[in-house]
Amino acid sequence: MTDTHDVIIIGAGHNGLVCAATLAKAGRRVVVLERADRPGGAARTRTFAPGYSVSSGAHFLNQFPVSLIEELQLAKHGLRFAAKGLATVALQADGRHLRLDGAKAAATDLGAVDQQAFAEFHAEIASYAAVLAGAFGRRPPRLVDSDWRDRLGLLKLGWDIRTLGRDRMREVLRIGLMNIHDLASERFEDARLRSAVAFDAVLGTSMGPRAPNTVMSYLYRRTADAFGHAGPSIPVGGMGAFADALAAAATARGAEIRLQAGVASIVVHEGRATGVVLDSGEVLNASTVISNADPRTTLKGLVGYRELDAGFVRRVEGIRMRGMAAKLHLALDALPSIPGLDAANAGDRLVLCPSLEGLDEAMNPSKYRQFSAEPVIELCIPTLHDPSLAPPGKHVISAVVQYAPVDLEGGWTAAARAEFEARIMARLETVMPGIGSLVSSSELCVAPDIQSEFGIHGGHWHHGEISVDQLLMMRPVVLFSQYAMPIDGLWLCGAGAHPGGGVMGLAGRNCAQEIIRKRASA
Amino acid sequence: MNTLATRPAHDPRAMLETPFHPRIAAANGLQSWYNWKGYVSAERLDQIEFEYFAIRNATAVFDISPMTKYRIEGPDSEAFLNRLFTRDVRKIREGRVGYGVWCDDAGQVQDDGTLFHTGPDLWRLCSQERCLDWLHWSALGYDVRITDETASVAALAVQGPTSCSTLRAMGLSGIETLKPFELRSFPFHDGELMVSRTGFTGDLGYEIWTSTALALPLWDALFAAGEHFLIKPIGSAALNIARIEAGFIMAGADFVPAEQGVRHGRSRSPFELGLDWLVDFDKGQFTGRRALLAERASGSRYRFVKLDVEGNKPATNSFIFGAGQRKVVGTVTSAVWCPTAKSNVAMASLDMPYGRPGEELWAEIYYMRELKWTRVMARAKVMETPVFDPPRRRQTPAPRF
Ligand SMILES: Cc1cc2nc3c(=O)[nH]c(=O)nc-3n(C[C@H](O)[C@H](O)[C@H](O)COP(=O)(O)OP(=O)(O)OC[C@H]3O[C@@H](n4cnc5c(N)ncnc54)[C@H](O)[C@@H]3O)c2cc1C
Repeated sequence: MTDTHDVIIIGAGHNGLVCAATLAKAGRRVVVLERADRPGGAARTRTFAPGYSVSSGAHFLNQFPVSLIEELQLAKHGLRFAAKGLATVALQADGRHLRLDGAKAAATDLGAVDQQAFAEFHAEIASYAAVLAGAFGRRPPRLVDSDWRDRLGLLKLGWDIRTLGRDRMREVLRIGLMNIHDLASERFEDARLRSAVAFDAVLGTSMGPRAPNTVMSYLYRRTADAFGHAGPSIPVGGMGAFADALAAAATARGAEIRLQAGVASIVVHEGRATGVVLDSGEVLNASTVISNADPRTTLKGLVGYRELDAGFVRRVEGIRMRGMAAKLHLALDALPSIPGLDAANAGDRLVLCPSLEGLDEAMNPSKYRQFSAEPVIELCIPTLHDPSLAPPGKHVISAVVQYAPVDLEGGWTAAARAEFEARIMARLETVMPGIGSLVSSSELCVAPDIQSEFGIHGGHWHHGEISVDQLLMMRPVVLFSQYAMPIDGLWLCGAGAHPGGGVMGLAGRNCAQEIIRKRASA
Repeated sequence: MNTLATRPAHDPRAMLETPFHPRIAAANGLQSWYNWKGYVSAERLDQIEFEYFAIRNATAVFDISPMTKYRIEGPDSEAFLNRLFTRDVRKIREGRVGYGVWCDDAGQVQDDGTLFHTGPDLWRLCSQERCLDWLHWSALGYDVRITDETASVAALAVQGPTSCSTLRAMGLSGIETLKPFELRSFPFHDGELMVSRTGFTGDLGYEIWTSTALALPLWDALFAAGEHFLIKPIGSAALNIARIEAGFIMAGADFVPAEQGVRHGRSRSPFELGLDWLVDFDKGQFTGRRALLAERASGSRYRFVKLDVEGNKPATNSFIFGAGQRKVVGTVTSAVWCPTAKSNVAMASLDMPYGRPGEELWAEIYYMRELKWTRVMARAKVMETPVFDPPRRRQTPAPRF
């Protein structure tokens, strides 16, 4: 038994690292315990075929606030960008690709009306997302038993909405709970534009374009603008290099990071967390235990439902976190050709989602625990920006693919995987003819693999669906949205807590600030 | 008991019948029925005074089959129940019965009930409210099986000073050695009767549990044996007088079950119902523990008291005033004139800090005689013990009358 730390953080995901750096700077003696052999959680780089590496979870950095990158001095700790502010290209089988670069929508035959409509839509959404981004940087206000800080937070939120102006305020209230299918159809004529917008609203969720909450998840994604991103970025060395910089920043501030130190359980005594037991049996004590693991893993797996009130357990069991996104990693002998795409744009974020109807149809089978016959895909060729990921002249494709339910009927057998991979390749062939013959090696990671690689229950992107009933003061569950769990000394700092997932760092950041504030007022 | 009938009580097609229904219907001269959780139940069969005095002077039989009953079994059953209940159920040994309450996360009482430890890793939970979903949520992480056996177990309360003699005459030999809150099984026809020395009257009395198939044979044997001991079937109205006299609270009357309350702040914690003795902070985690610890530290909002009210007009639904008769400090939840104790008893929920033992308060009582309403302010004194608590309730062997 050792008592040399006063804070234990379970998990060196990016949120755990941000939390560690913030607490260490405030003078806490922090130890981060990570089960994997490297930091980063779902922001990691690894080899998937001899000589080929890829960001095995998240592949774009687009929500981590630029101000936080600066404050943590990540450049000093080794962060370099291979690409910044990437545009998105919605690939079309007929080569009439649509390119979205900030507010600018371009395609050979895109009408002026739609171009204008997109520019206005982009600016309008940015203004709403900025309000949300403001709320993301603070702990969510509590409605019952609130203190002055909660009331101030609510006032601030109300004020931010008011300052949108009367028309926009009305509009955000109108569209806030709509679905993206209806909104995109209302705003645009062009089918490519509609489906490109809708794709971004459902990416990383288990929802289809007609689901309520999809406008909300679109706003969620677009907070990226407010955090200082003009589009996705790719770190040199992949997302793992970003995590390494975070780990270096935390270490420089005095935090200790122990890898291959999985936590088997959180020790609770008389309703208070007193430490953890490692997989090895080693016991570590600390008065503050913070979990970067998702809420279900933390509360069911590490604490155990027996230590908690039954009503709270009921809420934790109710968190929707059904993973739908898979990753496909391809090692390529050469750069695939994409007819109709300017070679200079091949390094953009590429999206393959032919139509709103197609997106709807891709989702439908998932309701019945089947995968999409024609999956939708987000991909990039990171080697165009960072050749170090593959042998000279060779390339890597990193693709996020939906919908591939974690609870596939019959399970993810070898046959099911082969079948799904063939479906993905068939989709890629429509825009990259001949790609199949370039593939020297491939790796498909479906939700159960994501669950085991990163320890995320259900393999869910956000550690819990992004929807109104699971956001803000409802995240992870109502009454416990301010990071403190109903076990004294136990906190959540991961994507399952407010504001949510994506490589954003704010859950870890807010949690640390809340702990510091608690101590200061105690 | 349950006044919130959802279906017309007189419409038998809308209601379930208990296994004893044929006998009770035949005996029910007044045909006064009510809806107890979906079952046709007798409110009174005869003059309420006769029924009440059967409880206190002879043997009264009340059909408790509609009571919600859960069978709880499995290796984790004790641990599970300890997480559910606020008291330490490990102290309820096999062959014993315990009274207890369970709370929601906010430490508000959901219901009270009796827990029968009927065998190794085997229990029966009897409650006023249905709570299967709550039991299931509470069971996550425990190896237990929970079955609703409300409809498959027939049960009678046999209460009163001659109840032991009646059961002996029925052939339950040795029943007089059964201690309060103890249970024992007796062979009966081709099955058995489980008898517990429990009840809701504060008197000497038993509850008999058996299969529905043996219900009518049980009734017939009981009434044949009890004839000399003035056995009488009763309804809920007489029972209600007895339970108030004995100082027992009832869900739905004296507190709002937490899961049913709609308005914020209407529910009560065990402390606020005077049930401090049922809360054990030393046994480990149970639902509501955190909230109750906080309440113990910061103080309760309410106090539950028994009041000895001056005069003989029941203080039904009365406001309770402080000593100066100016300020309303609480309301009465149950009140009745107690014929045996010859006192006018009320139970009330008061704002803190009112209701200290011995404190004198005032009950505002309205009563009507021939369409004329009268209001009186009656002195109401906080009592520490119930007005009815005879030695026979506890004596073992049970006295013969
Ligand atoms: C397929 C996929 C693609 C994605 N793509 C993107 C993207 O392009 N851009 C983007 O911004 N976001 C993306 N995301 C989302 C993003 O990756 C996550 O939301 C984010 O990484 C969550 O960060 P976190 O620090 O909260 O948790 P995690 O990254 O999940 O980290 C939790 C850490 O805790 C560790 N841990 C868990 N249990 C234990 C234990 N018992 N003991 C010790 N350690 C433990 C885990 O090993 C892990 O390192 C993607 C997600 C998925 C699944």
